Amino acid sequence: MSVVTVQLGQCGNQVGQELFDIICSDAQEGQRKAYSESSRERFFHQSAQGDLVARAVLIDMEPKVINHSMTKAAMSGRWTYGHTSHFGQKQGSGNNWANGYCVHGPRHREAMEELVRREVERCDRLAGIMAMMSVAGGTGSGVGTYVTQCLRDIYPNSFILNHLTWPYGTGEVIVQNYNSVLTLAHLYRLSDAILVHENDTVHKICSQLLNIKHISFSDINRVIAHQLGSVLQPALTPDSHGVYSRNPLGELVSSLACHPEYKLLSVCTIPQMASASIAYSTFSWPGLLKHLRQMLISNTKMEEGIDWQVRPPSVHPAAAERTRSLKGPGFNTSLANLLILRGKDVYSTETDGFQDPALYTSWLSLKEAFNLWKSPVPFNKYEKSATLVSNSQALLRPLDNMVGKAWNMFASRAYVHQYTKFGISEEDFLEGFTSLEQVISSYGELG
Amino acid sequence: MTQSVVVQVGQCGNQVGCRFWDLALREHAHVNKKGVYDEALSSFFRNVDSRRTTIRVASQPLKRIFCYTQAVLVDMEEGVVNEILQGPLREVFDSTQLLTDVSGSGNNWAVGHLTYGSAYREQIVDKLRRAAEHCDCLQCFFLIHSMGGGTGSGLGTRVLSLLEEEFPDVCRIVTSIYPSAEDDVITSPYNSVLAMRELTEHADCVLPVDNQSLVDIVNKIKHMSQGGKPGSVIKRDSAIISGQGGLSGAEKPFDAMNNIVANLLLNITSSARFEGSLNMDLNEIAMNLVPFPRLHYLVPSLTPLYTLADVNVPTRRLDQMFSDAFSKDHQLIRADPKHSLYLACALMVRGNVQVSDLRRNIERLKPSLPFVSWSQEGWKTGLCSVPPVGHSHSLLALANNTCVKPTFIDLRDRFNKLYRKKAHLHHYLHVEGMEQSCFTDAMASLSSLIEEYHHLDATKGRLMPDAPRLTIAT
Ligand SMILES: Nc1nc2c(ncn2[C@@H]2O[C@H](COP(=O)(O)OP(=O)(O)OP(=O)(O)O)[C@@H](O)[C@H]2O)c(=O)[nH]1
Ligand SMILES: Nc1nc2c(ncn2[C@@H]2O[C@H](COP(=O)(O)OP(=O)(O)OP(=O)(O)O)[C@@H](O)[C@H]2O)c(=O)[nH]1
Ligand SMILES: [Mg+2]
Ligand SMILES: [Mg+2]
Repeated sequence: MSVVTVQLGQCGNQVGQELFDIICSDAQEGQRKAYSESSRERFFHQSAQGDLVARAVLIDMEPKVINHSMTKAAMSGRWTYGHTSHFGQKQGSGNNWANGYCVHGPRHREAMEELVRREVERCDRLAGIMAMMSVAGGTGSGVGTYVTQCLRDIYPNSFILNHLTWPYGTGEVIVQNYNSVLTLAHLYRLSDAILVHENDTVHKICSQLLNIKHISFSDINRVIAHQLGSVLQPALTPDSHGVYSRNPLGELVSSLACHPEYKLLSVCTIPQMASASIAYSTFSWPGLLKHLRQMLISNTKMEEGIDWQVRPPSVHPAAAERTRSLKGPGFNTSLANLLILRGKDVYSTETDGFQDPALYTSWLSLKEAFNLWKSPVPFNKYEKSATLVSNSQALLRPLDNMVGKAWNMFASRAYVHQYTKFGISEEDFLEGFTSLEQVISSYGELG
Repeated sequence: MTQSVVVQVGQCGNQVGCRFWDLALREHAHVNKKGVYDEALSSFFRNVDSRRTTIRVASQPLKRIFCYTQAVLVDMEEGVVNEILQGPLREVFDSTQLLTDVSGSGNNWAVGHLTYGSAYREQIVDKLRRAAEHCDCLQCFFLIHSMGGGTGSGLGTRVLSLLEEEFPDVCRIVTSIYPSAEDDVITSPYNSVLAMRELTEHADCVLPVDNQSLVDIVNKIKHMSQGGKPGSVIKRDSAIISGQGGLSGAEKPFDAMNNIVANLLLNITSSARFEGSLNMDLNEIAMNLVPFPRLHYLVPSLTPLYTLADVNVPTRRLDQMFSDAFSKDHQLIRADPKHSLYLACALMVRGNVQVSDLRRNIERLKPSLPFVSWSQEGWKTGLCSVPPVGHSHSLLALANNTCVKPTFIDLRDRFNKLYRKKAHLHHYLHVEGMEQSCFTDAMASLSSLIEEYHHLDATKGRLMPDAPRLTIAT
């Protein structure tokens, strides 16, 4: 089964390009035929000339980024984007969600839908659609929301995953919190699951783990692509009986997004290091998983600076009801986790640490809360690597900050005129705030 | 790719505009080595002859240029425009882009705004429409004018409201040259205050530039380039006041000053013309920097101005560039943003600079910069990969900051000094359509603008509690 990726706006198109690049080279490197073929089928089709063509649609409201990404892909010599699989306009959405959602989206609806439809029809079977975008600008956020809404109408039964890049907390777009609130509030109703990367976190990984001095967006995007790739590449699931699972998005969603109030997924991967050091490092599974587990419960997104003091609350077998007071400080409660192990010796690896009931809310059975995928093929040059996709409180604080800052700005009505100009009213804002406060409160109650 | 149209009005507007065109050609010739008409060029130049696409290449300065500027030149006297038509830039303008009269507005806003504004209304609209027709996606009008004279300030602001009427969806960014306190135009305070009201009501963004600041910068650069310590010497041809490598040969009196303004315009439009890893389109400027419609005065600062720019710059120098953007002597109006209140701040970077450089500097500078309580992270950033000619990188900061207030108060005082004595009033009141109420209304508009900045200033340093959050019934 295949995944159709829709890349929207500058961020979506830049991150997407890196993702396909990593997936393509990883599949080429893997010696295993079944793995390569499965990966190819998921993300590429072959042109009449035999070239690998990404199953992707590129959308932006300005031409520069799409041109750049298409050129970069073609220059790889390994894969390309479809020559006609892109939709560009001349003038971006000006960092205005309302401009993207109310103006550009509806104006170009047919053309954008048609591109996706064509890509879907090329798939023997559709596993789902992944829309990639930032939430801070105008096109990815606004047009991205609009397109997600259209796709939800056309494909009511398909899985739709949104991959979102959250902005640096200290800002690059002054209205980023407004755009984020409007995007998230809408996507929460439309999307099956929302996978988030925060630029701050990824930036830290680049500087502290990869030791990059002058960090560029390409560096950041390669880290995001690595993490995403390790989730999306073929893996064996418990019931796939030794063949690579056919429906990556469906499996992902059903393992993690089991409740409409809880759709926010975060990712962390271990190990991550400068590529020059990989060859000189050895890792043991118990060591990797011990770190990864502590990263999860202490909500640290990388293996440096982990707080080892954080402990799961003790669960009294008698009292199934756990209370706040039992919860250690800084403990991150999970609703559901998906652990993905790739590389050497995966079959003999112990993962008990993640099957501890103390890590989870009490209202899901462990069987529902924890899932494990494995693949014996080493991913992207790492002999062993573990990735955890988590539906937990990990994004609660950044979400709360985002909503809080937007709300402060809204209280003085700053910038609101820029949105009403395109047809978004104060009531629309209030609705967005209300639904996200609900999400915040739901995640808050997990622990 | 989008297009912009430059509308240059009056002596100052046209002289600054020409420096912009000269340096823009120099920049494109530098980047575009093949000398073919390309996308980047299309944002400000239109191809005249599709078979011949040559642009001037720096090493062959006399090669013919086959493209026209997207410009409309308006002046109510002929001198300045004629000079342009006889100069080396004549080939990039065609006569249909020009509109002149013979007698000038005599430093009288009312003559420019009302007399000429009414007489030439149709012709101006016609020229603007024609310029717009050449664009397949018109994004922005750049109006360049002075505040102190009659044509630029009066007719210039009339053009502004015509733009609003005719092209309501196209962004209007105005570069306004404010008179210095010693300006030789006696009526400049009247003209400036009358023009201010129009700017406040009809512009999307105004970039105020103060002639006194330009003079100070030019003097300092000249001083440093003549002697000074070795190592701090500025190479003449890479200095921001230099026009070397451009078409124009000999420098005229205002050229050095005008080159600074031209560089401001080059930098603000760079991301719309060239690629970058974080594009900042022109329509993002107002969206990010204008929280309330009237408060759209954005104080520009340019760096590097005084440092030797063409050496391979280590990190410390790069960081210095960011610090300088907030210092007093890099502002294009006389203002001290660090000690006033920021509503928003854009950093538009060109050259080999990465996000990590941006993040590091924002983190470093943030603690010393007061931001308004509801936008503590009011930063907008852009990264354009093509640096200005002769530099490895550059930074343009645009600050929506209450530090513009003193300039406005000063203007109000100078206005009042004249107005109390009714000095020169009759020259204005003679003009048909001009009434005393125009003066009082313009004054009221300026005063309320000052008041709005004042209110914001008053929140500075006060700990503002967060707005109580919505509560969810559970
Ligand atoms: N990680 C990452 N973030 C990016 C990249 N490019 C932009 N961003 C982030 O995306 C946000 C800005 O949104 P963009 O994607 O540039 O905006 P857009 O969707 O093109 O929308 P408009 O330009 O407003 O029409 C900021 O938070 C940036 O940090 C990228 O390549 N990688
Ligand atoms: N920076 C700069 N300022 C100029 C230039 N030319 C004139 N000024 C300033 O502009 C103001 C006078 O306005 P002008 O632009 O000369 O007047 P005008 O718009 O042609 O109007 P009239 O001559 O009255 O018809 C004074 O403050 C001058 O100092 C110039 O080329 N550069
Ligand atoms: Mg964009
Ligand atoms: Mg004149």
